[in-house]
Amino acid sequence: MSVGAPRGLASSGQKPITEILHPLSAAEETLSPAPDVTVGGHIPGSGGADKEAGLTNGTPVETSSPASASSLFNRLQLDDDPEAEAEARADPFVSTETRDLFVTVDDPKKHVSTMETYITYRVSTKTTRIEFDLPEYCVRRRYQDFDWLRIKLEDSQPTHLIPPLPEKFVMKGVVDRFSEEFVETRMKALDKFLKRVADHPVLSFNPHLNAFLSAKDLNKRQGLALLTKVGESVKQVAGGYKLRARPAEFCAMGEYLDTFSQKLGTIDRIAQRILKEQTEYLTELREYGAVYSSWAGSEDELRRPVEGVAGCVTTCCGALEDLSENMSQDFLPVLREYVLYIDSMKNVLRKRDQSQAEYEGRLEAAVLRKQEDRTPVPVEVEKCQDKVECFNADLKADWERWQSNKRQDFKQLLTGMADKNINYYEKCQAAWESLITLLQDKQTEDKTNETN
Amino acid sequence: MRPGSSTTSGEEKRMAEDGKEESVATGDSNQPAADLTNKNNSTMVEDGSTLLRRMEISVAEAEKRSGKNSVNMQETFTVYLIETRAMDAIAEGRNPAPDSLWRRYSEFELLRNYLLVTYPFIVVPPLPEKRAEFVWHKLSADNMDPDFVERRRVGLENFLLRVASHPILSNDKILYHFLTEEHGWKEVVFETGFQAKADSRLRALSATFRVRNPDKRFMEMKHHSDELQSHTSQLLRARARVADRLYGVYKVHGNYGRVFSEWSAIEREMGDGLQSAGHHMDAYAASIDDILEEEEHYADQLKEYLFYAEALRAVCRKHELTQFELEMASQDLISKKQQREELATGIVRTFSFKGMTNKLFGQEAPEQREARLKLLEEMIAEGEETVKEKTAECEEHVEGAWVDMQRFKEQKDKDLREALINYAVMQISMCKKGIQMWSNAKECFLKM
Repeated sequence: MSVGAPRGLASSGQKPITEILHPLSAAEETLSPAPDVTVGGHIPGSGGADKEAGLTNGTPVETSSPASASSLFNRLQLDDDPEAEAEARADPFVSTETRDLFVTVDDPKKHVSTMETYITYRVSTKTTRIEFDLPEYCVRRRYQDFDWLRIKLEDSQPTHLIPPLPEKFVMKGVVDRFSEEFVETRMKALDKFLKRVADHPVLSFNPHLNAFLSAKDLNKRQGLALLTKVGESVKQVAGGYKLRARPAEFCAMGEYLDTFSQKLGTIDRIAQRILKEQTEYLTELREYGAVYSSWAGSEDELRRPVEGVAGCVTTCCGALEDLSENMSQDFLPVLREYVLYIDSMKNVLRKRDQSQAEYEGRLEAAVLRKQEDRTPVPVEVEKCQDKVECFNADLKADWERWQSNKRQDFKQLLTGMADKNINYYEKCQAAWESLITLLQDKQTEDKTNETN
Repeated sequence: MRPGSSTTSGEEKRMAEDGKEESVATGDSNQPAADLTNKNNSTMVEDGSTLLRRMEISVAEAEKRSGKNSVNMQETFTVYLIETRAMDAIAEGRNPAPDSLWRRYSEFELLRNYLLVTYPFIVVPPLPEKRAEFVWHKLSADNMDPDFVERRRVGLENFLLRVASHPILSNDKILYHFLTEEHGWKEVVFETGFQAKADSRLRALSATFRVRNPDKRFMEMKHHSDELQSHTSQLLRARARVADRLYGVYKVHGNYGRVFSEWSAIEREMGDGLQSAGHHMDAYAASIDDILEEEEHYADQLKEYLFYAEALRAVCRKHELTQFELEMASQDLISKKQQREELATGIVRTFSFKGMTNKLFGQEAPEQREARLKLLEEMIAEGEETVKEKTAECEEHVEGAWVDMQRFKEQKDKDLREALINYAVMQISMCKKGIQMWSNAKECFLKM
């Protein structure tokens, strides 16, 4: 068994799915790598080219160099206990200690050429996986490249949920594509995207990801990829199969996604409204502070207290500005990203429906023929069945994973929102309290002066 | 900052009747200046026999009444219950029932107008506003609104306490009547004939423009009152706008409550946490109502001094008027004396119509000249009396007013300083509430 064996990935087409325990199924058991997985799990061929009507499971390319395994320098906190490691790997909530692929997106830079101006980001990778030649990579990528990766992943892993990218198109007149804020927000979303892919037990082994992270120049062949994608969907539609009965759990998923996306939309609107109200409040508050300042100028005894109040109001203005900025830069983008995520998920559900429909259609046709001239059920139909069952399993596993990530993400998001608000009030409270101390000190000072 | 209405003091108290006997309607300025600048904890309760030391005063209640007004139309108005008790009775341990009577806002206005005319050198405490101004959108500007009526009740009590603790105003008979005799009080006020003594607006205005040598200190005070008025009114307007916006921010958060509740329905593990967090968001949104209601007290304190600024300006205007009248009287006297000189010596110093006609039509007969001279002498004698009177009036006013303006300035500095401190305390309380609400919500989020 080689080091860094794929983590018990289900194969397709070579063994009935029911005999292999899906590594991501909710019922967690200690996963020991099934003995035949290492042998049967490798499907020759590089990623990208689709063999059958759409299913590869992204198992790593055989051409990875084994030598790198020994030249690893371990900057990562790997768990030395193999059993615990396997157990942890089986757990969707994989802890940092057992991850062996770390990616970061940072350092945006503007590039100006005669044709166009665009931003690139530094993509840094640290890994101990043998699928990678080196333990570290550092490349520069632009949004287009991320988009390419996503399309590739979608094509090659149609049964899996691919994380969303931030919005592609921005209205030139409305949003400044090169403003610090926009670039920062986009970069954070790209970073999240890449991290989600890298954390996914299946997607992270996709050769396209490997290329994205390590290649000097991406040989994109975008045009070709697009064609392939179009070709595929045409094929699927041309099948013209209608779905009979969608299993209840997938119906439930669809309903959940609809409602959830609705609620997210509402939350987005509320958050925007709050921002608007806060901005208007800030404007009035500034003027309010200015009135105190000008009043202070015309007083003698009262000058200090009135100036003090003006100062407090100014401090509160600053704190409010920080709060609003946080909301618009950290809170809203994450909400929007989840809406995109939901769209992705809905897409996958649709594809699942289609593959089920295709299977049912072919099966029906085969059964009819069997009745007529006793030809056995063709292999293709069996393959379709496997495909559907694989799809269902992958989807269910990804769904669970998505749900738990969603829970973490929203817990973090909402807790962050609460924290920012608490922070805001704490700053304001501190300012007013120091004013009272100042004024009371002066009062006792005056009293002592009087009695003297 | 309001004077305590139930202070007991170990000092000897005069009986209410004595105090009444000694008061003079036109203002008793026997109080030595030292009394007015004492630095007790409260500038409101001064040494000396202010009414407040002898009598506990409060405006206890407000009620709606209906009745016919002066043009015989049915109207609804509010009356306020004034309760009084003798302090010595309280000090002796007896707990007598308070005497009480009902008064309308218009009667308070009448009392104040009387005080303004009768004591033009005093900065007379203002009444609470007649109509709700500087409102932010939620407060109704309706005079019948219970919150408005309540705040007015407090303002009227404050007015009475300030007047009753003023070293000079508190000894006024009419004030005492106002507090103790329900019926027939109006007639007594009108009988004083104070309305006739009121200065016409036009006279006062023209004096402001034409006076030549007003006392510099008064001009400074007038400038200061203008500034105070402008700043407090700006502040009140800005505060109302800020309150309006803050209301919006809090209330929109209430929407989170609803959407979290709806969202929690489709969630398994996250449901409970979301639901409870939603309740805290509702509570947060609701908390703004009390916060802003409390802030109204601060606004009321600012308003009191906005109106006080007007009273201060009135004292300065009175000075301008008395000074102007003095200047006019002096000028008149001077010109009459000049006329006499001309008549006596025949030398015309200044242009005069008489001089012209004399030149044109010849001088008059000696008898006529004698008659005219005699008349002039009489007028000069009168004029000198007038100048003496006016000088005295002017000096008296300056003296009394200067003392009271100093007292007022100290009171203002102290009161507003306390008001600002109270405002800071209110802000701290609001911040603490906010922190608590969000911390509660955060706990719920962590349980998601």
